[in-house]
Parts: sequence; C-alpha cells; structure tokens
Amino acid sequence: MSDLRDLYQEMILDHCKRPRNFHKLEEASTCAEGHNPLCGDRFTVYLNIKDGVVEDASFQGGGCAISTASASMMTESLKGKTITEVQDLFQKFHKLLTSESDSQEGAPDLGKLLVFSGVREFPVRVKCATLAWHTLRAALEEGLKTVTTE
Amino acid sequence: MTTGRQNLARRSGSDVKTVYDVQEIRADFPILHQTVRGKPLIYLDNAATSQKPKAVLEAVNHFYTHDNSNVHRGVHVLSERATRAFEQARLRARQFINAPEAREIIFVRGSTEGVNLVAQTYGRQNVGPGDEILISTLEHHSNIVPWQMLCEEKQARLRVIPINDEGEILLDEYEKLLSEKTKLVAMIHVSNSLGTINPVRRVVELAHLRGVPVLLDGAQAAPHLKIDVQELGCDFYTISGHKMFGPTGIGVLYGRTELLDAMPPYQGGGEMIRSVSFEKTTYNQLPHKFEAGTPNISGAVGLGAAMNYISSIGYEAIAAHEHDLLEYATAQLTSIPKVRLVGTARQKASVISFTIEGVHAHDVGTILDQDGIAVRAGHHCTQPLMERLGLDATARASFAFYNTREEVDALVEGVHRVIEVFD
Repeated sequence: MSDLRDLYQEMILDHCKRPRNFHKLEEASTCAEGHNPLCGDRFTVYLNIKDGVVEDASFQGGGCAISTASASMMTESLKGKTITEVQDLFQKFHKLLTSESDSQEGAPDLGKLLVFSGVREFPVRVKCATLAWHTLRAALEEGLKTVTTE
Repeated sequence: MTTGRQNLARRSGSDVKTVYDVQEIRADFPILHQTVRGKPLIYLDNAATSQKPKAVLEAVNHFYTHDNSNVHRGVHVLSERATRAFEQARLRARQFINAPEAREIIFVRGSTEGVNLVAQTYGRQNVGPGDEILISTLEHHSNIVPWQMLCEEKQARLRVIPINDEGEILLDEYEKLLSEKTKLVAMIHVSNSLGTINPVRRVVELAHLRGVPVLLDGAQAAPHLKIDVQELGCDFYTISGHKMFGPTGIGVLYGRTELLDAMPPYQGGGEMIRSVSFEKTTYNQLPHKFEAGTPNISGAVGLGAAMNYISSIGYEAIAAHEHDLLEYATAQLTSIPKVRLVGTARQKASVISFTIEGVHAHDVGTILDQDGIAVRAGHHCTQPLMERLGLDATARASFAFYNTREEVDALVEGVHRVIEVFD
C-alpha cells in the first residue's frame, strides 16, 4: 500500500475533489483542448497572457484523480510566470515523471508539484499526470501563433 | 503426463456426475499461480484476453518442437505433419461451432480480421449507394469501424439499433430499421462491455424474413456459450482464439459456402491461388481462397487444443459455474452504496461493468491492481456505447470458468479500499 499512498497523496486527492481554477476563463488570450483517447480524459486549459507573463490560468473538463489534480495544481503554479519559465517548468515536471533515477533535479522550482513523483512507479498513469501539461504547451503554441499572425 | 483436467474429462465421459472442481481446473493454468505486487494474482480481465491451459501451451510447444514446417504442397514428412495438424484444427473448429462443412472455416487473426474480411469482400461486392448496414449500440469498435469504412467508400449508410438503459437491444426498433435498403446486419453476440447476451436467434430470424444476411461477432460468446452456427442460422460468425483460452493471432470466420463462394478474395498472395500467370490468376477453392500467405499454423493448433479443453469441461458446467459467480458478484457489488452496476440485462454472461461514485475508473483499476486484482478500466473499445450510457469509462470485472467466489470476495474488499482512499 505504500506505493499507493505515494500515488494518491492527500494533496492529490484534495485537488481531485476540489479542483482549483476550475472554470472557463472568459478573458483568456489562448486556450487548447487536450484529450487522451485511451481513457477518455479531456481538458481545456485557458491562459491569459499579458506581455509574456501568465496573468491567469484555469481549466475545465474531466478525468481521473491524477489527471484532474495535475491540471488543478498546474494552473496554480503558472500564475505570474513568464512563458520561458512556464516552458522550463514543463520540462522539469516531465522529467520528474519520466526519468529513471530518483534525482531531485529541478526540485526547488517544482515545489508542491513534487507530490507527483509517485506517479513514476505507475508507468501507465504518467500520461494522466502529463495530459494537462501537454495541453498547456499546445495553448502556448496557439498563443504564439496568434501573436505572430497578428 | 496427465493433468487434472484430463482426469475429470475421463470421469465425465461416464455417467458419473462430476462435481465442478475449480481448483482442479486452476491447476491447469500455470499463469494463475503467481503473486503480483506481493499478492496472489486475481485475474478478472478475461474479456480482454483469457489465460491459457497447459494443454494449449503444450500443443503449441509440441508443434514447434516436432512438426514445424510450412503447410500444403510440401512433399516431405514435416510438411505433411504440419498440414495435417493445421487441417485437423480446421476440422475441430468446424465441429466446435457445428458448421456444416470444414471449408466454411476460414482461419483469420481474430474476430476483427473476420469482420474486415466480410466488409472488404462481401460488403464491397454487395453494398452500394443508398444501401444500409445495421449494427447495434453495443458494438465493439471492431464491428463499427470496418462498416463505417465501407459505407464511406460506397456512400452507404450505417444505422444503429438502439438499446434500453439496461443494455438490451430494442427488438421492435430493430424490426423498424430493417428495410429493402438493408444489405447486412452485423451484431455482437455477447457484449464485451456489459455482458449482455443478445437475442441473436431472433435477430437472424427477422433479418432472414427480409432476405438480409447476418454476421455475428462471437469473440465474447465463445468463452461462455455453446456456439452452433446452424442453430443460430447466421450467415457469418467470427471468433477469436485468445478470448477462448487459445493463442493470440488466430481466429475463425465461419461463412455459408454459397456466400463465401460468391465473394472475391480478401488478400492476394500464395496459398489463395490455383494458377498464376502475369496475365491472369485463378483463385483457389474454399477455404484457401481467403487464406493468403503462410497462416498462423501453431495458432490454429493451439486453438484446436483450446477447443478440446473447453469441451473437456463442457459448456453446461462452465455456464453453471460462471452464473454462480455472476450472481454472487452482482449481489456483493450492488450492496455497496457507492457502486453502480452498468449493464443489467436479463441475459448476461459473466461480465460486470461498474462505476464508483466520485472515483474515475482508472483510479479504481490502479488501486485494485495494488491488491493483485486485474480488471479493465476505460471505454472497452465501445465509445459510442459509453456515450449512450452517459459515461466516460467503467471498471470491468470479467470472469472465466477458473475464477472463484474467493476472488469475488477479494474484488469486493478491493472496491471498499478504493472508496476508503477517496473518502
């Protein structure tokens, strides 16, 4: 059961039951939809980016505890960060879940997101934890596209 | 070496009524005797794939150890042996589903390939613009997508027989959908997601009244029910070896001779020809016309062994045991307030789909896995059915004849643990 408690930590269960920033962002400057056809998880991530800084982030949709909590905590971690910082965070989060070693590299920046390190022991669930993050990246690209075409 | 099952088979050959000894049966399945995550494996994912008895493993091993060669046309001893083993498997399959003739048994990779074969040959030959193909809401993607592809190509229309909330097809709606435009009815015999046993004999009767042929996808039926294609009256029937305790990559498409004869070949290559020149090729006779290339010989041998194994227990005994498990598990799970059973048809095979309030099916699957319990979580390759039921996913426990009441108890305990974690 120890692995299980690592996966379903209190904080994850809390964010699953009471997701933060769980609404549509009316003034969003960009958004994207992410879908995992294997399990039916589906999220829309909304970002409001001003002068290269994420002013607000939110999400809507549904999925398992891991994907919902991950989306919820991700939106919390984005506010006030520059796009470069967000991209950096994406890389660090991704590495946390997929690296073989137990390295705590990038740990200080990840902060609360470290609760997801337990997911590493459940390879089939990594996609759940990263769905919102991939959606975030798609939203950023969409945002950049919009910026460059304007 | 004599296995427990062979002893039982011998005993049941006489008039002595044998008691169903599930432990004796489990002894024939090496894979079941292991621990996963430190717990004894409880395998309840049989609708995804079933485990293999020693008899099947030994048959495949024996083939490769002693008889391996390519089939047909060989003039040497091994080729003769391999051909005999392969063709004996065909005879066994004919007998197993009571097809009138052995040439009506086409070896395919599985049910999916069987459906695709019919769609790409019978379908392309007989379906045209404005025609309709009827399927049901319960279908697996393998009995949806091949027809969609055909309909798109032929500008035909795919129509869907609705179901009620219990997961039963509505026969009167089905009758209304049958028309002179209907060119084929394709239906799952037993639902992989809900366990519903469809009233396929009636479905065939009603279609035949209008001269419409029927394909039945029996992948989920063969592990649970005696299949008699003549009694069912169907025109095509598909089974998958791996769902019925045989190897993966082998299955059977049964088709009535007159339909198979009139159909063009599916794939071109060796084995399916009579003579080839660069100007013209004449095709081989049934069943070889539909078996291009070197077939899955060891798979067919293994499938034959699986059929023998099932017969040694007997479908009556299997049904009785599985019915007991289904009733027991249904009662246990429905007594848990937060659990909702999905699919409560009156006629069901031993498949239980369920949801737990406030918990996603994937989390249910992960937590049960920690107790060594293998269930499936997701849409079970039936997305349109899930949409009809208003669900993203369910957890599914599917039982085989080697499962026990104790395993049901462990599942129920596990479900309580899931609820605890999320409480």
